[in-house]
Amino acid sequence: MTTTVHYTDAEGTVREIEGRPGDSVMETAVRNGVPGIVAECGGSLSCATCHVFVREDCLDKLPPMEPMEDEMLYGTAVDREENSRLSCQLKLTDGMDLYVTTPETQV
Amino acid sequence: MAASTSQPTGLLIIGASQSGVQLAVSLRALGFEEPITLLGEENHRPYQRPALSKEWLQGEVGNESLIFRSNEYWAEHHVTLVKGERILRIANNRDGSGVAVAESGAEFPFKRLALTVGARARKLAVDGADLTGVVYLRNADDALALKALVGDATDVVVIGGGFIGLEAASSLKKMGKNVVVLEHGPRLVGRAVGEETADYFLEAHRARGLDIRLDARISRFIPESTPDGGKAVAAVELAAGEVLPAQIVLVGIGVIPNTELAEQMGLAVDNGIVVDAHALASDGSTVAVGDCANMPNPVPGSPAGERIRLESVNNAIEHAKVAAYSLMGRREEYAGIPWFWSNQADLKLQIAGLSMGFDQTVVRRDDERGKFSVLYYRGGRIIAADCVNAPLDFMAVKNALAKGQNIPADAAGDPTVQLKSLAG
Ligand SMILES: Cc1cc2nc3c(=O)[nH]c(=O)nc-3n(C[C@H](O)[C@H](O)[C@H](O)COP(=O)(O)OP(=O)(O)OC[C@H]3O[C@@H](n4cnc5c(N)ncnc54)[C@H](O)[C@@H]3O)c2cc1C
Ligand code: FES
Repeated sequence: MTTTVHYTDAEGTVREIEGRPGDSVMETAVRNGVPGIVAECGGSLSCATCHVFVREDCLDKLPPMEPMEDEMLYGTAVDREENSRLSCQLKLTDGMDLYVTTPETQV
Repeated sequence: MAASTSQPTGLLIIGASQSGVQLAVSLRALGFEEPITLLGEENHRPYQRPALSKEWLQGEVGNESLIFRSNEYWAEHHVTLVKGERILRIANNRDGSGVAVAESGAEFPFKRLALTVGARARKLAVDGADLTGVVYLRNADDALALKALVGDATDVVVIGGGFIGLEAASSLKKMGKNVVVLEHGPRLVGRAVGEETADYFLEAHRARGLDIRLDARISRFIPESTPDGGKAVAAVELAAGEVLPAQIVLVGIGVIPNTELAEQMGLAVDNGIVVDAHALASDGSTVAVGDCANMPNPVPGSPAGERIRLESVNNAIEHAKVAAYSLMGRREEYAGIPWFWSNQADLKLQIAGLSMGFDQTVVRRDDERGKFSVLYYRGGRIIAADCVNAPLDFMAVKNALAKGQNIPADAAGDPTVQLKSLAG
């Protein structure tokens, strides 16, 4: 089964990337040069520059938020919304088809 | 030495790590059209170092997670990656062009040069320091060597109570090893954090069962013979006479910036390659970025003429962006609020700003929730914060500093008050 992440940037451009189960949504973007995710800390949950908005119908495919992620989300460059997550905490599972939008800026 | 006569083209980036990778990425994002060669001496695809002492060492993330960019990315962006070539000499011309010559004899001509050569582990001069089992932790080969030893070891002595030493010690303890940390100084983490933070870490690590000795003096490493006829470390002897068993001795006593190439090129060097606010070295053409560079303090409003060398991912990235502008012919000044992180056991440290020159501190401590922050002030204005398991404090201070706001000291000590609400 293919695992796909659809990244929409703030201008509306969509990039579809085939991901590997076990990788995070952040890693999949950065390694393939998808703009809009900075991820300064490389997934260490320290920087909050990997903020994404997850399409509402995809939210329940994702692991629940740890308190640390929740707190970090209060410091994102673009204010958090109901569907905000830090993409380094979102691990892909086999066959996942995920839609996320990146904010206008991360820093 | 005269440079080669072949027509030099493009940019040569020496050092394919955090700074070099960011420089290449930023240049392509800005529309730089000339060839880019990203060259490094290591025999690995460019990778991120921070996890080597943390998640990777503990086996929580694999090798692939450390890789910066896919091979396809580099190909699509026309960046030529060269691995395993160590540059020994550079013949540079007045116009900034030249030829870099590798140990292998290979020559790399360039029109412009970027030195992103980083820093290397400071070696310990102790009797027995060359024994098998005595390791450092600066690069992937070091980390692989450490990991190969970990399986058979029960006792580890970590020398140096700085970030890397404490991170590795915490990781190894979590992996079931008996770990003793030996710190030469009177407190942990040297000058990178203030006294309150250092004391907090000492207390917190000891409460978690980590054996830490301050003011430790080592007299020698005691060897034993290995089945293959070699000599491996068996124990560390302290000056006070105590003998600590150790099949692994991990040395983390700081780094030395790699300035030799710059010196040989005739560039100004002073605790790093001296650069101006545009990341330009003293020849006005070569850029030097990241751990190897000594630069004007980038914090807006810092004392004029104050210089600093930073060792952090954030600095490597932001400094590289400035250098990319310089190579494009645009003059952007490096200005920003440095930040840093370090994860040790369940202690998540985040540092915003630079505390040097502080004259007042405010401690926010909430033991029930395991949160601890120290705010640093100079002349009544906030300049930095060390935050342990307190990301809201970290974010609030980082954002306030970026906006030039203050967080008045008199109200900041109450941990039930959100710092964000005090910023203005
Ligand atoms: C174990 C560890 C954990 C860390 N954890 C954190 C952390 O949690 N947070 C944080 O902010 N920072 C952390 N850091 C620091 C961070 O990784 C460095 O600041 C960053 O890597 C600096 O990047 P750089 O590219 O400037 O230098 P380096 O990463 O040192 O890269 C320089 C490269 O140049 C190559 N090179 C040097 N000379 C030559 C030559 N003559 N020819 C060819 N190649 C050459 C080197 O082999 C190296 O690959 C950590 C570092 C280590 C080692
Ligand atoms: S990459 Fe830093 S918090 Fe996600």
